[in-house]
Amino acid sequence: MDTTELGSDTINLGHGSGGTMTRDLLDKIIFKTFNNPYLNQKHDGSIVKFNGDIAISTDSFVISPIFFKGGDIGELAVNGTVNDVAMCGAIPKFLSLAFIVEEGLAISDFTKIVNSVKMAADKSGVQIITGDTKVVERGKGDKIFINTTGFGEVHPKASISADNIKIGDKIIVSGFIAQHGMAIMSQREGLEFESTIESDTTNVNFLVNDLLDTFGNKIHLFRDPTRGGLASVLSEIATDINKGVTISEKRIPLEKQVAAACEILGLDPMYVANEGVFIAIVEAGVADAVVQAMRSNEKGKNTSCIGEVTDEHPNKVVMKSLIGGKRIVSPLIGEQLPRIC
Amino acid sequence: MKYLSEYRNLEATKKYLDEIHKITTRNWNVMEICGGQTHSLVKNGILDLLPEKVRMIHGPGCPVCVTPLNLIDKAIELLENNVIVCSFGDMIRVPGSKRSLLEAKASGGDLRILYSPIEAVSIAKENPDKEVVFFAVGFETTAPANALSVLHAEKEGITNYSILASHVLVPPAMEAILDDELCNIDAFLGAGHVCAIMGMQEYYPLVKKYEIPIVITGFEPLDMVQGIYMAVKQLEEGRHALENQYARVVKEHGNKAAINVIGKVFEVGDREWRGIGEIPNSGYVIREAYRKYDAEAKFGIGNIKVPENSSCIAGEILRGIKKPNQCNQFGKTCTPSNPLGAPMVSSEGACAAYFHFSDNLISS
Repeated sequence: MDTTELGSDTINLGHGSGGTMTRDLLDKIIFKTFNNPYLNQKHDGSIVKFNGDIAISTDSFVISPIFFKGGDIGELAVNGTVNDVAMCGAIPKFLSLAFIVEEGLAISDFTKIVNSVKMAADKSGVQIITGDTKVVERGKGDKIFINTTGFGEVHPKASISADNIKIGDKIIVSGFIAQHGMAIMSQREGLEFESTIESDTTNVNFLVNDLLDTFGNKIHLFRDPTRGGLASVLSEIATDINKGVTISEKRIPLEKQVAAACEILGLDPMYVANEGVFIAIVEAGVADAVVQAMRSNEKGKNTSCIGEVTDEHPNKVVMKSLIGGKRIVSPLIGEQLPRIC
Repeated sequence: MKYLSEYRNLEATKKYLDEIHKITTRNWNVMEICGGQTHSLVKNGILDLLPEKVRMIHGPGCPVCVTPLNLIDKAIELLENNVIVCSFGDMIRVPGSKRSLLEAKASGGDLRILYSPIEAVSIAKENPDKEVVFFAVGFETTAPANALSVLHAEKEGITNYSILASHVLVPPAMEAILDDELCNIDAFLGAGHVCAIMGMQEYYPLVKKYEIPIVITGFEPLDMVQGIYMAVKQLEEGRHALENQYARVVKEHGNKAAINVIGKVFEVGDREWRGIGEIPNSGYVIREAYRKYDAEAKFGIGNIKVPENSSCIAGEILRGIKKPNQCNQFGKTCTPSNPLGAPMVSSEGACAAYFHFSDNLISS
């Protein structure tokens, strides 16, 4: 889009004022990009039909930098919420989309992000049906924040609940961990590796749907280990179900470059954020079949069964180290900080 | 040579563990100096794989843990006076007498977390109207980079940069521990990265004076068990010598360029160690010629004396007299989110290691 169509090359306070400038921004960028029957009504909200139970999930995205290797904040904002809805055992259908833009953001950047949202939404099979755009003064935001709320139909065979988890259930991870977090950190720290680490942000809803089709209620829980990493999610689960979790370090899928980046920056990959990865806790009897099914999908090709639920050490996650020792995996407290030496 | 996978190799590590079990006939107390080594022991579950007769005592090699409380207060005072304070990550959560650097940041202080002090010099260049201070904490390991940052600032003619320095040295700490009447240590695992800088020379006199084995050791699980094996072997054979397990990184005379740079900017002086007290000639002070890069002199924040939290037993932990789980507050009133002292907050602290990785339910 030629930015002069909007009369300016940056977003300013007028664009959030609700007047003609706002309308101009919406018409020329938002409505033009999405062009779906819901948004085209240009109403305060949209009315949609659902069959059965609805899963709803919301998330806000404040990442910096807003453009990174492997994606941008727009793509993240769709994939993150689509995946959260999928984690509920539901098929995502609709998203709301709210922007808070800092005065001074380049219109070209805003357009790029909106286009990324559109592409990610198309890939996930969801439609943006309502939204909002606000502009805040320079210094009161960080270029752009996005909130998305996702709505999905619960899969007819799904029975996703931590209450369903039993002793002996297996814990499966769908792919390499720490990819997204290290992509961001490497870019922030200006590190260059022989081949660049890219964020693994992607939508996993179709894979989840296939798994539910095949295995139904033998899948007891899905979770995606975003902020806080794999360790934090497993710790939460162990506490919530009042049972123990035991995992094996050598089974945790971790790509070489990411491992190296973690070593250089003094970070533990277990606590680094993930985006295109999820955990499935499944009945022991189907674990092998679930792993095979996931590996046959592009988005699960590095799936690994990393451990199981146990009646030993309730509320705690214990990891067997590479050399056969044992350690507790505790939840992240505060932020992971780069170390002195 | 990959260094990561090879030194985390299960078979090789098992072999050394088996050997340790074979040769150990008596009770031995071995102190690993460096906090990173403590973490490796606990994180890899090595403590439970050693024979009961080999007791690992955790040493004071955690730079964050031994940084005096008043230094944190000084850094916070700078933040409150519009100075840009730059720090390594793990310092920022350590509580000062009232609050931590992180809390001061949340109240509006301009605190930047950096990997390298050279970045702090760049920040000073980009902000000529503000003062920039790098919180230069560490053992000998981080001294060269901190010294380089001062030389770099001097070369660039940057006058709004200074360092708030608290460097401590390993050999005097070892002597202080060995001279302590409560000391019951039979052998040391020397701090691998400190020796990568300083070399091995300073440790021969200690071996001779105290007749104690010192094995300079790395950090990966195989390094740790190989170092412990070498120490126990000396003990069982009644020998005491300086040995270098970490030969792939540590050379006899260390890193000469680094030592030169340290010597340009710093000289040895008395230093206070949190939890231990003042040890003479145990740290680096900035030389007269570089006094204008010394934040304490520049800002006149010299003499703040601050009392420690009386219930924190960090001193006994750092001297290896008590273990973290022998502290009454451990895990109760003292946790990583509510630390009473530095060893619970620092990623190298023994208390943090025990809290995060270990648990009485899974040991023995």
